[in-house]
Amino acid sequence: MQELDYEELSREELKLQIQELEFAVIELNLFLDTHPTNQKALMDYNMFSIELNKTKNVYQKKYGPLTNFGYALSSYPWKWVESPWPWEE
Amino acid sequence: MWIYEKKLEYPVKINTCNPALAEMILEQFGGADGELAAGIRYLTQRFVMPTKEAIAILTDIGTEELAHWEIIATIVWKLVKDAPVEKIKGTPFEAHFAAHGRSPFPHDAAGYAWTAAFIQSKDDPIANLYEDMAAEQKARATYEYLIQLSDDPGVTDALSFLREREVVHFQRFGEALMGVEEFRETKKYH
Repeated sequence: MQELDYEELSREELKLQIQELEFAVIELNLFLDTHPTNQKALMDYNMFSIELNKTKNVYQKKYGPLTNFGYALSSYPWKWVESPWPWEE
Repeated sequence: MWIYEKKLEYPVKINTCNPALAEMILEQFGGADGELAAGIRYLTQRFVMPTKEAIAILTDIGTEELAHWEIIATIVWKLVKDAPVEKIKGTPFEAHFAAHGRSPFPHDAAGYAWTAAFIQSKDDPIANLYEDMAAEQKARATYEYLIQLSDDPGVTDALSFLREREVVHFQRFGEALMGVEEFRETKKYH
């Protein structure tokens, strides 16, 4: 896989990177639901998931949480309400 | 439990104002073969599935449909949010405006409100999965009509992504159906 320095990316570029990785993960997830013993797909799923988590961590540190309900920490003041909602971008 | 993620599954890049197209796109927000109907249908049907694979695929595709529902609402919103009333008058969006202003509302392109009567769930996994496969094909056909109606490259791009997802979902439901049929065969003869 292409090595990218996520810290160097703009907010838009980073979000697109997350969307691309998440697409791969969703696609593999659905495939694995009906092919649970496919080891190649499982390895890809785990590999893309690790990469996705890396990009999300960089994004969330810089631009605020992507998820709430305890899945991401927030600095002060509560960041969840600050960043734009998907339809505001 | 569901967790919200504060981003779209696929980017929506639209900078035009087009209330007439927005009204047509509402077909996939609140129509019989739209994303809301798909999501509620699949998440409701999970309880009677006999295989772990079928429960998983209904949960995960049902969840993805809710993300698609948000993409559709975002398209509609972006097409009308800055529309002056003069640009709404005389378009198919005018009747929507009379009831909802610029807010999205789950009805189909002709204004018929979303209803659970659009969907079905039976204590019969085979019947459910055939319905789901038909639903994916009907949604694919609808996206193809909408793509023909779209004159906005940003809208067409997002619709094309959503159309492709219907094709993948159809494939996965077909595999889940084969698994359920195999499960029933083994139960019958052993």
